[in-house]
Amino acid sequence: MKAARSEAIPLAGGTDLMVELNFGRLRPAAIIDLTRVAELTTHRQENGHVFLGAGVTYAAIVKELPAFKPLVQASRSVGSPQIRNRGTVGGNLGTASPAGDALPVLAAYDADVVLHSQARGERSLPWHAFLTGPKETAIAPDELIVGTRWARVRGPGSFSKIGTRNAMVIAVAGLCLGIDEDRQRVKVALGSVGPTIIRATQAEEQIASAMSGSGTWQDPSAPVPDEAILEFAELVASAARPLDDVRGTAAYRRHGCRVLARRALSWSLTERRLPTWL
Amino acid sequence: MVVRTRVNGEWREAEVWPGASLLTFLREQLGLYGSKNACEQGECGSCSVWLDGALVCSCLVLAAQAFDREVHTIEGLTDAGRLHPIQDAFVEAGAVQCGFCTPGFVVAVADLLQNDGNPSPATIREALSGNICRCTGYAKILDAVNLAAARMRGGT
Repeated sequence: MKAARSEAIPLAGGTDLMVELNFGRLRPAAIIDLTRVAELTTHRQENGHVFLGAGVTYAAIVKELPAFKPLVQASRSVGSPQIRNRGTVGGNLGTASPAGDALPVLAAYDADVVLHSQARGERSLPWHAFLTGPKETAIAPDELIVGTRWARVRGPGSFSKIGTRNAMVIAVAGLCLGIDEDRQRVKVALGSVGPTIIRATQAEEQIASAMSGSGTWQDPSAPVPDEAILEFAELVASAARPLDDVRGTAAYRRHGCRVLARRALSWSLTERRLPTWL
Repeated sequence: MVVRTRVNGEWREAEVWPGASLLTFLREQLGLYGSKNACEQGECGSCSVWLDGALVCSCLVLAAQAFDREVHTIEGLTDAGRLHPIQDAFVEAGAVQCGFCTPGFVVAVADLLQNDGNPSPATIREALSGNICRCTGYAKILDAVNLAAARMRGGT
């Protein structure tokens, strides 16, 4: 259908698109309702990978995917119950707002975006190749987003964001941190503080090597020096490329990244120290 | 285009502009004015309804997406002109001032109490986080939820 009518706008939960329609900012020639494509609302795990269909709602993620804590935390922070019952990860990807709450999580998971067209079949793009700019993606006019896929990683992690309320908030800054125990890596992704999602790669390398130096990878109770944690937070803040806008100043957003980074790292280091039976 | 959907148990059908929301369809085509039109961007919850049993903002559902589906609105909550216990509780607790947000709140509270008959204060706040009231300051709405929950559990 998308191949025959490439101008048609795909519609799932409507939490972005319907606003544009209601306010008369968008008058699409045609709309394709994706909520009837059952395949898009599925998720599955195979060979250490997770596939999450584009039409899986945030409410379904909270209920059905408790093992993916950062994704659940991000999903639970989306809008309100009404919004979480409709909004989908595919919608976050399609809209490609730098404030999409699921996007820093997908970036920290090193997720691929799975696209499909009638002419060329399925293709996968790494998240950073798919998200090309603010509200811009690499999707072709005859393609639809099928879902996203990532390799399961062992280790703690979290998503946190800053905003004026706990609900119905477009983040001023959002951060996902994940620890990969097997590869001894830390991954940090930032939302709402740049034209698109940003990975703080310098900070990731610095803290991973600091954790090697302090023996924390082998022995979670071996403390990481405070200076290393502060330097990590500083490097995360400097990775941000924020703007001043109605929701916050660039300086506040950068400071937000610093605070979120320090907290998220502390949470994960604490979690690593907890006995596995807890 | 013609949209046919089951509203409060009854099949309804009407001609509607293809870009119209479910809220417009309910109000303008079916004359169900209980669901209110306020923000049209999913912020305020005044248009809350159930779509196939899920609490949604009807302004963010394309009317065509409700084709062949089940919609329940505030009008379906009451039978034979009697108020629902949640509505009684809202009146008694003084949780209604201008009343514009009330149908959306009542629907959201009904959705909450279906899943949790004895919700904690934090659960109530999270469940109602998608509904905005500009009059009451919310305290009396929270009182109303507790009153309704207690009554529906079979208390006083």
